[in-house]
Amino acid sequence: MSRTFLGLPAAGGSGGSSPRASTAPRGVGHLRGTEPFPAAARKALADSQLRRNLGKATATIRAKRAAAVAELPDWEDLRNAGQAIKAETMRHLDRHLAQLEAEVQARGGTVHWARDATEANQIVAGLILATGSREAVKVKSLATDEIGLNDALAAAGITAYETDLAELIIQLGRDRPSHILVPAIHRNRAEIREIFLREMGDADPGLTDEPAALAEAARLHLRRKFLSARVGISGANFAVAQTGTLCVLESEGNGRMCLTLPETLITVMGIEKVIPSWRDLGVFLQLLPRSSTGERMNPYTTMWTGVTPGDGPQQFHLVLLDNGRTAALADEAGRPALHCIRCSACMNVCPVYERTGGHAYGSVYPGPIGAVLSPQLTGVEDNASLPYASSLCGACYDACPVKIDIPSLLVHLRARHVEEARAARRVPGPEAVTMAAASWVMADPRRYAAAQRAGRAGRALSRGGRIRSLPPPLSAWTRARDMPAPPPRTFRQWWRDSGRDLS
Amino acid sequence: MRIALFVTCLADTLFPDVGKATTVLLERLGHRVEFPQAQTCCGQMHVNTGYQREALPLIRRFVDTFEPFDVIVTPSGSCAGSIRHQHAMVARRHGDPGLATRAEALGNRTFELSQLLTDVLEVEDVGAYYPHRVTYHPTCHSLRLLRVGDRPLRLLRHVAGLDLVELPEADACCGFGGTFALKNSDTSTAMLADKMRNVLGTRAEVCAAGDSSCLMHIGGGLSRLRAGVRTVHLAEILASTRDGSP
Repeated sequence: MSRTFLGLPAAGGSGGSSPRASTAPRGVGHLRGTEPFPAAARKALADSQLRRNLGKATATIRAKRAAAVAELPDWEDLRNAGQAIKAETMRHLDRHLAQLEAEVQARGGTVHWARDATEANQIVAGLILATGSREAVKVKSLATDEIGLNDALAAAGITAYETDLAELIIQLGRDRPSHILVPAIHRNRAEIREIFLREMGDADPGLTDEPAALAEAARLHLRRKFLSARVGISGANFAVAQTGTLCVLESEGNGRMCLTLPETLITVMGIEKVIPSWRDLGVFLQLLPRSSTGERMNPYTTMWTGVTPGDGPQQFHLVLLDNGRTAALADEAGRPALHCIRCSACMNVCPVYERTGGHAYGSVYPGPIGAVLSPQLTGVEDNASLPYASSLCGACYDACPVKIDIPSLLVHLRARHVEEARAARRVPGPEAVTMAAASWVMADPRRYAAAQRAGRAGRALSRGGRIRSLPPPLSAWTRARDMPAPPPRTFRQWWRDSGRDLS
Repeated sequence: MRIALFVTCLADTLFPDVGKATTVLLERLGHRVEFPQAQTCCGQMHVNTGYQREALPLIRRFVDTFEPFDVIVTPSGSCAGSIRHQHAMVARRHGDPGLATRAEALGNRTFELSQLLTDVLEVEDVGAYYPHRVTYHPTCHSLRLLRVGDRPLRLLRHVAGLDLVELPEADACCGFGGTFALKNSDTSTAMLADKMRNVLGTRAEVCAAGDSSCLMHIGGGLSRLRAGVRTVHLAEILASTRDGSP
């Protein structure tokens, strides 16, 4: 049936490789940034227009979501159900995927298994070339962005047209998405007008920055593409194994066009998107719109099952993508990151995301969920700064519709990072040395009290009870904040001096 | 009631007045407070920075030290959160299920100060007097790990003379986050700037909270700006009477 299954190398495959499931390969796709998060964040924080655009947009979506969620008295029950369904599905992912494959094939679709981004790109390019077409229209899809499909298709001589309004803005502006639901959230409408006028070619020179005018310009620009394209490409929000049904939720209707007008439809889906049954889908169709756009129901829900003669695409290909997901599945503590239904509620409530924006994360998956998903897909070493890109404030966990305990996952991945560096026998860095020393000191109350006495030397650095400058790494603190001078007596000295019992 | 105080390494070393206030307050309410001398640190900094192996001896020390006591109080939502939600996890992850079981039981008897007062001692009016305009920052871990809800505000509303003003966007993180403040100091500072803007907008003279760490962060920023607002721990307010603060 398949060359790869659940990420495991096919029998007789690449010999001598690690027994662990493979992670997403380097050099293809968009899961790794070019610099660590703190450096990328520093640049983003200096962009006051970006701060303003993001602050306004996330505050608006946060308020909408809060209102939509507050309407449902059984919201917590729904979250618990969503979490339980996802956990149970992951436990038997192999069975559900095999059932999905069988049901899709039984209804006239073709299923392809892609071990990683490179394989998936080859499969999709090959399928398009086989149709004789050199163009494709695309539904907004994170999976195809994750694998860098547009670049791979361009290299094969195929032009892919993004048809989601925000993705179109990104594509025309030769930009990168910065949010999984609102990819152009970092742009305001004046900037979007400029991009359209500059890049669209057929935009009315009198175009204003009214949202309706911008949408109309995009509509006119895209209509020709919808009517002429012979191949459509999509991702999937859900796939129901029970009947082999694929499901896409969207707001603009462009998705419906791409999913119904072309002769050939190619869907690229991460293997974790499968759900067992239609009953399960009912839970997620309630959780997702309220969590993402803050709507009771999204405007367009398109579902298709195999092919129907004379109606819609006559060729349907489903590409099941691993690209590091089996590796994430294998880590039981990290696995819940695969439960994500891509609603974006976590990034909309995240105080770090709100200030740095999505580009700083360097991955198609930004924000809190990206900080726990990207490092698992690529291997922690390749995204080592992301698990630390959080103050662990916990707002993401409260907002997550499937109750992914993102703060605990972040802490787990930080531990994996430290442990993997240790196992690789790299020379301990200054942080590791400091942490080991602090542990040694704190493990014994006498050493601890001695360290407190030594720390009192810090009083020499203070003026008026505060310290304005400390050496590295504490200089990172005193660049923007004062530090209190150590007091003349510690608490434990006060306790002794007060004559209270020593227990 | 015999209550053991886990003062936290931060308060012990840098904010002894918080420990004093907690002690004096509970004694004033008629309870005997004990301070086990063997205590050091809960290990949260190690756990949250990825150094669980190094946290393990600290967790073991915490459990050994406090296990004999019926009730443990700590003037920190964050340390209480770590004790309740991380100690057992770390012990289990490092192959010590026995320690995990003990840590779990101990976590259930460990309370952040406002929880101890309202839930265990069942008191909201502690007889305090504090004639100042105060705004309250509910720290992330007390809010979202411990779910203390409005307990600190209920306590503050009973303080004579205190003018409590609501903090806009109160549940937003101040940007401290332990070593986050060093590793991502630019982002941390940006979060701090917004928190300070909200604090200053209340025209309060005091910004209060239940965590010395978050107060050190907010207070450090306000002090650098010479903003004229001081940070005070909830315990210090509740310990103050007409005779002054302890």
